Amino acid sequence: MILLELFLGFLQVGCFSFGGGYAAIALIREVVLSYGWLSEDMLSYIIAVSESTPGPVMVNLATYVGSTQAGALGALVATFAVVLPAFCIILALMAILRRFVSNPWVKAAMTGLKACVTGLILATALEMVLANAVTDGSADITAIALTLALAGLYYGFRPVFKRRLSPIALIAVSAVLGAAAYGIC
Amino acid sequence: MVISVMKRNSVLLRLFSVFFRIGLFTFGGGYAMISLMEDACVERRHWITQEEMDDLVVVAESTPGPIAINCATYVGSRLRGLPGALIATLGMVLPSFLVIFAVSRFLDRFLEIRVIANAFRGIKLAVGILILDAGRRLFLRLPKKPLPLTILFVSLACTLTMHYFSLRISSVVLLLAAAGTCLLIRAIRKGGGNP
Repeated sequence: MILLELFLGFLQVGCFSFGGGYAAIALIREVVLSYGWLSEDMLSYIIAVSESTPGPVMVNLATYVGSTQAGALGALVATFAVVLPAFCIILALMAILRRFVSNPWVKAAMTGLKACVTGLILATALEMVLANAVTDGSADITAIALTLALAGLYYGFRPVFKRRLSPIALIAVSAVLGAAAYGIC
Repeated sequence: MVISVMKRNSVLLRLFSVFFRIGLFTFGGGYAMISLMEDACVERRHWITQEEMDDLVVVAESTPGPIAINCATYVGSRLRGLPGALIATLGMVLPSFLVIFAVSRFLDRFLEIRVIANAFRGIKLAVGILILDAGRRLFLRLPKKPLPLTILFVSLACTLTMHYFSLRISSVVLLLAAAGTCLLIRAIRKGGGNP
C-alpha cells in the first residue's frame, strides 16, 4: 500500500505548503520521516539534489521520494499528488477572483497582499545574493565578480540590442560561466 | 474546420513547449520563475496582461502548492480552458520529472560530479539576480502610498529578521496580517465617511 501512502503523504504536502519550495521543505521532512520512507541523511542529500536540478523543489522532492520508494509508478503517483491541490485551487480561485476583482474590498485586500508579497520576494532575493557573496564567513571574490558580470549582461543587453535578454539565456550563460570559473580555480 | 482544429492544437502545442522550457530552466524555488513567466507570457506573447500576472503572483504566493504550478495552470486555462491548464501544467512538470527520475535511478553521486556542481554555483548567482529583478519590478508597479509602502517594509524586515535569527514563522501569518490591515483600514475609513 506504499502507493496510497505516497499519494496521501504528498497530497498533504501539496495542500499545506504555502510560500514556495523552501517553506515546503520543513513539511516534506515531517511527512517523509513520519512515514519512515528515508533516513535523515538520505533526505538531506535528496533536498540538495532537488535544489540543483530544474523544476519546482517540491515537485522534484516528490518525484525523487516516489521513485526511491516504488519505482516509476511511485514517482508518478507522488508527483501527481503534490501538483493536484495547486492545480484545483488556482482554477477555482482565479475564476472567482476575476469576477470580484473590481470589488473595493477585494481590491483593498489585494493591495495589502501585493505589498506583502513584494517584501517577501525582495527579502528572499537579498538573502540569496548575500549568501552567494559570502562563503565560509569571508567574501567570495569569484562569486561577486560573476554576479556583477551577469547583472551587467542582463541590464546592459536591452540598451545595446534593443530587446530584453531572456532569463533563460541568462541562466544558460551563468551555468557555463560557473563551470568555467570554478573549474579553473 | 480542419484549419480551426489545427489552430487549436497548435496553441496547445505552443503552451506545452513554452512551459516545458520554463520548467527546464526553473531553479531554486518559484521566485526566479516569475521573471521567466513574465518574459514568456506577458512580454513576448501577450498571453496575459501585466496586472493579471501580478494578481497571479499574489494568489500563487497566498495559496498552497508550488508557484510554478499555479502559474502554468492559470495561463493554460486562460488560453484554452481545462485542456490548456492540463497541458501547460504537464509541460511545467515534465522536465523536472524526467531529470529527477533519471538522477534517482542512475546517478548515485550526482552532486559529486564537478562540472554539475560548478555550473550550479553559477546558476545560483543568476537566480539571485532574477529574483531581485522580479521584486524590483513588482515594487515599481506598487502604488507609492503610505499603507502599501509600510506593509512592504514590515514584511521585508520581518522576513529578514526571521531568516537571520532562525525563527520559523510561516509567510501565511504575514500575508493574513497584510490583507487584514488593509480591510480594517478600509472599514474604518468607510465608517468615518458616513456616520
